[in-house]
Amino acid sequence: MTNAWISGTIIALLAGAVGFFVVLRGSAFAAHAIPNGAFAGAAGANLVGINPLFGLVVFALGAAFGISSMSRRTRSDVATALALVMMLALGAAFLATSSAYEPAVNALLFGEILGVSSSEILPVVVLAVVCALGLTLLYRPLLFSSIASELAVAKGVNVRLIDTLFLVVVALSSALAVPVVGALLTFSLMIGPPAAARIVTSSAHRALALSVVFSLLTLWAAVASSYWTDLPIGFFVGTMSAAIYLAARAWMRLDSRRSRRALA
Amino acid sequence: MVGIDLLEVVDVDVALSGRMVLRDVNFRIDHGEFTGLIGSNGAGKTTLLRVLLGLQDVVRGRVLVHGEPMTRSNSSVGYVPQKVLFESDVPVRVRDFVALGIDGNRYGLARRSRHTYELVDEMLESVEAAAFANRRISSLSGGEQQRVLIAHALVSKPELLLLDEPLANLDPGSAQEIIQLLHSVVTNQHVAILLSAHEMNPLLPVMDRVVYVANGRVASGTTEEVVQPEVLSALYGHHVDVLRVHGRVLVVAGGDERGDSLVADHPAVVLE
Amino acid sequence: MVRWILEPGLFSNGTVRTALLLGALVSVVSGVVGIFTVLRGQSFAGHALTDVATAGGSGAALASLSPLLGFVGGGVIGAGAMDAIGVQRVKDRDVATGVVLGAATGLSALFLYLITLQTSTTGSTQSILFGSIFTVGPSTLPDVALLSVVVLVGVMVIRRPLLMGSISPELAAARGVRLRMVGIAFMVMLAAAVGLSAIAIGSILSTALLIGPPASALKVVSRLSHAVVLASVLGVMATWLGIVFAYDSYYWFGSGRGLPVSFFVVADVLVEFVAVNLVARRRRLRVVEEPATTAMPEQVGWI
Repeated sequence: MTNAWISGTIIALLAGAVGFFVVLRGSAFAAHAIPNGAFAGAAGANLVGINPLFGLVVFALGAAFGISSMSRRTRSDVATALALVMMLALGAAFLATSSAYEPAVNALLFGEILGVSSSEILPVVVLAVVCALGLTLLYRPLLFSSIASELAVAKGVNVRLIDTLFLVVVALSSALAVPVVGALLTFSLMIGPPAAARIVTSSAHRALALSVVFSLLTLWAAVASSYWTDLPIGFFVGTMSAAIYLAARAWMRLDSRRSRRALA
Repeated sequence: MVGIDLLEVVDVDVALSGRMVLRDVNFRIDHGEFTGLIGSNGAGKTTLLRVLLGLQDVVRGRVLVHGEPMTRSNSSVGYVPQKVLFESDVPVRVRDFVALGIDGNRYGLARRSRHTYELVDEMLESVEAAAFANRRISSLSGGEQQRVLIAHALVSKPELLLLDEPLANLDPGSAQEIIQLLHSVVTNQHVAILLSAHEMNPLLPVMDRVVYVANGRVASGTTEEVVQPEVLSALYGHHVDVLRVHGRVLVVAGGDERGDSLVADHPAVVLE
Repeated sequence: MVRWILEPGLFSNGTVRTALLLGALVSVVSGVVGIFTVLRGQSFAGHALTDVATAGGSGAALASLSPLLGFVGGGVIGAGAMDAIGVQRVKDRDVATGVVLGAATGLSALFLYLITLQTSTTGSTQSILFGSIFTVGPSTLPDVALLSVVVLVGVMVIRRPLLMGSISPELAAARGVRLRMVGIAFMVMLAAAVGLSAIAIGSILSTALLIGPPASALKVVSRLSHAVVLASVLGVMATWLGIVFAYDSYYWFGSGRGLPVSFFVVADVLVEFVAVNLVARRRRLRVVEEPATTAMPEQVGWI
């Protein structure tokens, strides 16, 4: 349980920050596809009997590079969809040949609060630090190319390189999150909280900070609920992420109505 | 430095997907000049601007800045696109967006100094955009966004500002305001401007020189030199008349052998 | 050789015959709807609807309702939710789709977990997510056929406004096309198509049939009518080959355990996509002047 809190906190901090850019760049689909690569990796590692974290990282990176290189030839949403189904099909084939029993499959897809053992905490911390450093280094060119890529190109930002590096960061954070949150729900932590944050505030720094806070709240609440009810954590992460977004929208609507009434 | 122009375009040919779109382009821009890049839609104005930004390769010829070959992300050239489509909830304020004009291409997380924000506020002031400095960039009207984009380009202190059709989406009143604003930028900040437009009349009072694009070729010089029937006829490849009515210039396709009088394929023509 | 590819008893097997028929129906519907999905840049929405359909399918399994009802009903509700959050502006679609997708996947997680608690049978997660076309009984076939016809007729009816709205929303609006109405109608048909293929090859992998063959077709063909036909043909080929390989794979390992159909279908779809891309590039090298690399058909035949 302690492991779940520690790794969950790290995952939430990272997902909140990465998700801020995922929403800003409109890469929700890629953020959804890449964790499925991690899923295939975990299933493959299970099949050949190696460290699952290794499989998670390698296959997530494979999905990220696949999407970024295919996007140069074809529409990026098509490229993402094809990479996604390829990874899922591989995962399904690995599972079929490895005779994994159902709870293990469900854990990979929908998360498992006991999905991280204490020996894995250190690699998780190291990878998280790598991602955080990457985001820090990329911060301004990434922000710039996300909101106005034409202007960023004119200013000499290598937009293509930034795009690939960002997908690498998404891949590494997904590899960390999948064992806990599940392959199908990792992305929802990267969409709901940041989308809620940017509705509430108009400043980039504050939106980034708020996104991290929302993501932490979501994950802590999900871990606790999953622990108490014994239901899968993915259920709580998915629905709570959506709920926090809808709540932010409702709050803003109420707020603007109130200020309109104050004016009148 | 005497004798070296700020920008020099020499014998440039440009091809897009195998088709030659610009041939033999030659012109120069000096410090603090206001130049209009005039031509109808599709004449190749945007392509030419992309060449000057280093975003489009040329088949032949050279683009020199201060006598040196142009490189991408040259800090002495600023760029203002026609319009940037922002998502509706982008969490970036006008001030921060303008600040990205200074450090948007820098890696790392060095804090912005107070000096940066002073410079940003000064620029917003100079384009009369200080009033909405703290609004979301996605909440601006067309005219407001235009001012912010100009401030964004000016804040890195370029010597030449390239503007792609800044007047296209504006009503005549706002267009006049932007032109006056750009004129004051040229005089106060001593920045040279190259502005593309399909309609030259609003620019006549402020324009020092004109680069006229038609038919894949370019004629340049002062307005008086270029906007002449002989020059434009040679450019278009058929006879063109230039009429001056109440201080406005109308370019009209001249009567050919059959005596037809057609309006040139040029929206600068005003039919009234 | 032929005996090696087609294991004995393949076509005399009733399950396989049902699977082949079902696969063909679903592939044609996916091909037709998929062309418009790719043209409109709605691959993400299409994929998200499959996951929403999963929630419906697993919910139906939990409540012992017809899976067809669950998959299709879930998809249609999801389409409505996305529209309510806002998919009007292309740039805002992403968040709306993502939020609905996340919530629906969360629900699937819950339903599938409850199913494992409720029943002692295993394998329901795999069969709902990754499908097993061999387990679909022949009694479902008439329902699938009926729904396929409804979707195909629906797309035929709205094809002109749909295409116009995809190419130029402004022009379409000027001609009096009610973009929102058309958009919703299309999303509903998309949801139905996705629900259908979810039954056949599993909800998640139905994205492969929806996007793969149409994307391949649009690479090489510029007329819409040709693209629709080619996408359907490529889809049927991929599904049939997938079924044959999966049937064969029971004999490959000797242990009586085969690889899933969906794996082979996706592999076939990807191989087709790569092959078509090679052909397209060959052609481009021959033709000097190539129009910009959009997937938009230049001439609109058939219309």
